[in-house]
Amino acid sequence: MTGQMSDETDDRRVLAVDELTKFFPIRKGLWRRHSAVVRAVDRVNLHVDKGETLALVGESGSGKTTLGRMIVRAIEPTSGRVKLRGDDEDWLDLTAAEGDQLRAARRNFHMIFQDPYSSLDPRMTVQDIVLEPLIHNHLARGAVARKRVLETLELVGLSSQHLHRYPHAFSGGQRQRIGIARSLVCDPKLIVCDEAVSALDVSIQAQILNLLKDLQARLGISYLFIAHDLAVVEHIAHRVAVMYVGQLVEQAPTDELFSRPRHPYTEALLSAAPIPEPNRHRERIVLRGEVASPSAPPSGCYFHPRCPYAIDRCRVEAPVWREISPAHHVACHRADELTLTSGWTDPEPHATKVPV
Amino acid sequence: MNLLELQDLKTYFFTDEGVVKAVDGVSLSVGEREIVGVIGESGCGKSTMAHSLLRLIVPPGEVVQGSAVLSRKDGGTTDVFSLEPDSAELRSIRGNEISMIFQEPMTSFSPVHTIGFQISEMIGLHTDLKPAEIRDRVLELLARVGISSPEQRYDEYPHQLSGGMRQRAMIAMALGCKPRIVVADEPTTALDVTIQAQILELLKDLQEQEELSAIYITHNLGVVAEYVDRVYVMYLGRVVESASTEQLFEKPLHPYTQKLLRSVPRPGKRVDRLDVIEGSVPTPIGLPPQCGFVSRCPSALEGICDGAVPALTEVEEGHFVRCFLYDEQQEPKDDWADV
Repeated sequence: MTGQMSDETDDRRVLAVDELTKFFPIRKGLWRRHSAVVRAVDRVNLHVDKGETLALVGESGSGKTTLGRMIVRAIEPTSGRVKLRGDDEDWLDLTAAEGDQLRAARRNFHMIFQDPYSSLDPRMTVQDIVLEPLIHNHLARGAVARKRVLETLELVGLSSQHLHRYPHAFSGGQRQRIGIARSLVCDPKLIVCDEAVSALDVSIQAQILNLLKDLQARLGISYLFIAHDLAVVEHIAHRVAVMYVGQLVEQAPTDELFSRPRHPYTEALLSAAPIPEPNRHRERIVLRGEVASPSAPPSGCYFHPRCPYAIDRCRVEAPVWREISPAHHVACHRADELTLTSGWTDPEPHATKVPV
Repeated sequence: MNLLELQDLKTYFFTDEGVVKAVDGVSLSVGEREIVGVIGESGCGKSTMAHSLLRLIVPPGEVVQGSAVLSRKDGGTTDVFSLEPDSAELRSIRGNEISMIFQEPMTSFSPVHTIGFQISEMIGLHTDLKPAEIRDRVLELLARVGISSPEQRYDEYPHQLSGGMRQRAMIAMALGCKPRIVVADEPTTALDVTIQAQILELLKDLQEQEELSAIYITHNLGVVAEYVDRVYVMYLGRVVESASTEQLFEKPLHPYTQKLLRSVPRPGKRVDRLDVIEGSVPTPIGLPPQCGFVSRCPSALEGICDGAVPALTEVEEGHFVRCFLYDEQQEPKDDWADV
């Protein structure tokens, strides 16, 4: 928990998430009685700095999308706080904001969605799609707004000739550029990218990844990058947080997480991803069973039924989220004694990456 | 003799906008106990090619040319494309000698029948086994693919199984009649990485133990590198390069393959910017006779690449490429080894 408490005094912070939780009720029977809960997100703490990319990885059902949606307040959390630093350098508690205050805050964060085919209104032209957030947030009108739209389109590699076309006239990669332009037009501090490149072909994916990096270097935007492709995450993220059944199990700087994971689940994830090098022979850890259900999680550590290193303590006692080395957090009883390998990195050292 | 010899397959779709040449002259072979990979981006024709093999193309699509000679379990050979679509012989091949694993196991099973019923039905169609024997066989298959408590799962409906379980059930069904070739169209794309690893390891074990051959249709270069013996790279309906997996990853020849391999982030080798392929795949309607990649190719030769379709030529033993740059056996300009 150390490091999380000083969020408001650290002037690099853009986003701070404290103990954020979302339980969805399960209702059953004639009277829709509240019978159980799905623990979609369970007491998550994280922060994002200015110009930084924090990746959130995990398998389907791990709660990463729910977490992303709570951060942009598309859904209401059950408990916990989301705090964002706006233009005036003051912290705003998003979870408590209402009305005009919330509307004013919304321009600071946007979301890019996975499917560029269903996330754009087919009956709106590109100009209208990109213009809408400006109008909605009362940021600009008329000629000024249109100029801003054009500038933003140019920023993402589109031009004035695209202004009056409809989404169907564009390829998947171009549609994703339109989605990025829409999220950029209000000059946000933070963009939540929910599997933003997962639906794209590899050559197009590379174009979009380069674009996101360029935009970050030029505009100093922060990204919360939700993804399941670990090679993409390694490429784009400064830090990585790993989720399992609604909880964070590990968080560390990218190089450290990929070369020296401290949680057995992270190790298994890294080992399971096939890598495009036929001569790299790795020991593959094939996990038994499936991801636990967030409506009936196992006792103790949620990962213990699949964990190759589980001991009796893991079955009864939930591990505490702790800082095991500077900036490296993990929730595992055995993190200190286990020596885990990723099979991911080469012996040669990486160049150190510093946020812009 | 290869198990399957696909020769010069052309599958066209006759749409209102024009003729879409989805597959335009693809040849491919599968040997005994060999896993062959077909890679390419959306729209390159890889799925159409797979569906053509099982005669699953429906109007406006049509297989307009080609032969697919299959060596049968009884020792004979049959050209799958010469058979009538409804013929008993085609039905005796489909599911029995070649079977298919589809991408989305949720939509590929009937939602109103139990898993057990659906697999039993298929085995019943192809064998003379008695109902009790079929049930035993299904239970054995479910256990074989790693489904726990098969007795219970037998009577469950597809929606009661998780994605990974459904994909296992799908594999059990595909293997029900001990086919010689399984065509797997993006078999793990819809699955999480830890489940993907389970499924791919399972298929590898089955291939080794049951003398199975397979065609993997995928866009995941990692899956190809780790699980495939030989690769075909498709672009715009044609094979542009084919080689053993080692050859292809060590020394890709076609500019498209080179670009494709560089556009994916490589584990443990971080670069600042990824290499990109400029532009996007052209619509395959009314294209002139030219190399399909010419509009995006950094090494395109004016007056040559846009004037004719290059032939697929063998540059090294077992390494074929369809590119004019290798016409006179020149060395590739691009030294891949330094990357």
